Amino acid sequence: MWQAYLFPKTIDEAVSILTSSNGMARVIAGGTDLILDLEGGRHVIEKVVDLSRIEGLNSITEENGMIKIGASVTCSQIVTSQLIKLKAPALSRGARQLGSKQIRNIATMAGNVVRAQPAADTAIPLVALGAMVEVASTHGTRTITILDAYGDSFAKSNIDSTSEVLTYFYIPIQQPGEGSAYIRLDKRKALSLPILNVACKVSLEGETVKSATIAMGPVGPGPQRAVDAEKELIGSTISPHSIKAAAQLVTNQCNPRDSLVRGSRKYRMAVINKLAERAISQAVACATA
Amino acid sequence: MEKIMVNFTLNNESVDVSCEPDKMLVDVLRENLNLTGTKIGCREGECGACTVIMDGKTVTSCLLPVAKVAGRTIQTIEGVATKEGLHPIQDAFIEKGALQCGFCTPGVIMSVKALLDQNTSPDKDELREAIGGNVCRCTGYLKIEDAINHAAEEMRGTCVKDGGE
Repeated sequence: MWQAYLFPKTIDEAVSILTSSNGMARVIAGGTDLILDLEGGRHVIEKVVDLSRIEGLNSITEENGMIKIGASVTCSQIVTSQLIKLKAPALSRGARQLGSKQIRNIATMAGNVVRAQPAADTAIPLVALGAMVEVASTHGTRTITILDAYGDSFAKSNIDSTSEVLTYFYIPIQQPGEGSAYIRLDKRKALSLPILNVACKVSLEGETVKSATIAMGPVGPGPQRAVDAEKELIGSTISPHSIKAAAQLVTNQCNPRDSLVRGSRKYRMAVINKLAERAISQAVACATA
Repeated sequence: MEKIMVNFTLNNESVDVSCEPDKMLVDVLRENLNLTGTKIGCREGECGACTVIMDGKTVTSCLLPVAKVAGRTIQTIEGVATKEGLHPIQDAFIEKGALQCGFCTPGVIMSVKALLDQNTSPDKDELREAIGGNVCRCTGYLKIEDAINHAAEEMRGTCVKDGGE
């Protein structure tokens, strides 16, 4: 699969190994997806570049109103973080439902996002939470949204793991009046791909919705924003009726395929409204708790 | 291919392994170290048969490049029993008949050990989350759950007997 396994000590060193290898070196985070891709011949490489010994990338910190999460942080670290549980609850829920305990102990959120699956358990909540990612390359660093990190076709990332390194995530800390939630429909509670998933973040002023973000998958090539439902919610007075009315609109931005693994298009179009309704209600409950 | 040398702690002993740089831990355990208690089921991280404990946490050793294990502490099923006898978890699996073919059992026991090492009073959800990544195709999970609860009870008892907190 590879001839050399490298542990750079700095981000600059990692980028320099990648660029000098002309596409034949690739970043490894947890490796739980990458190894299967390499075994399946999806990528051919000579070197893997492991980020886990780069100082700073293993920690979760609070910085300027943001939660900063390094690229080597595992999903288990996210699940056990009290900061994330309290200040970004949708992400805590998403990370907890990824894979199994064994996988969460190795797999990283950075890998989950760069692997660019349409319903990645951490990417859907990250989109709803308005998270940004920092990417380092020879041209310096750029900070982009999660949706911009996803390419425009299925399982395609705009972050090139043969020349760039996703270094940090930045997630706005939940403010008073804000709440978030994540809901997943699946066949079993561990080791199953989501049939559908929805994450929602709301900001309330009294009973009025100031802002709302809803992200969904797998209903398109990458995570999808339910923009019509968001518009319906913003400015509305929160009630079971208004939540239901907004949730009815999420299908406007859904275009699921028939899938033997995930279920038929018809079934998923029929149930996503209900999931969205629950996600919005839970986010509202979180905001008012 | 140039081999690499990896040092780690395995079942309380320091080991040095010389192997190809793209080997997975499970293959090093089975082929280089002749520890075949850790099983290979799916080789995709889906079945949990290859579960071992690294620095106190369960991992699927089929998806773990051996280079990542350098300097870490690994525990496999071979390190669970002591000279004095079987571990209470192993006794409980026998007592409760929590296995049939036994292929998943080493992985399940490692998941249970990682749980009970941290918490000898797990609730039902914690228990199920701990073994959610281990697939058993023979017996179902009820007897496994019975065995875990029995082992937990035994381990709580032992703590008190030994004068622990």
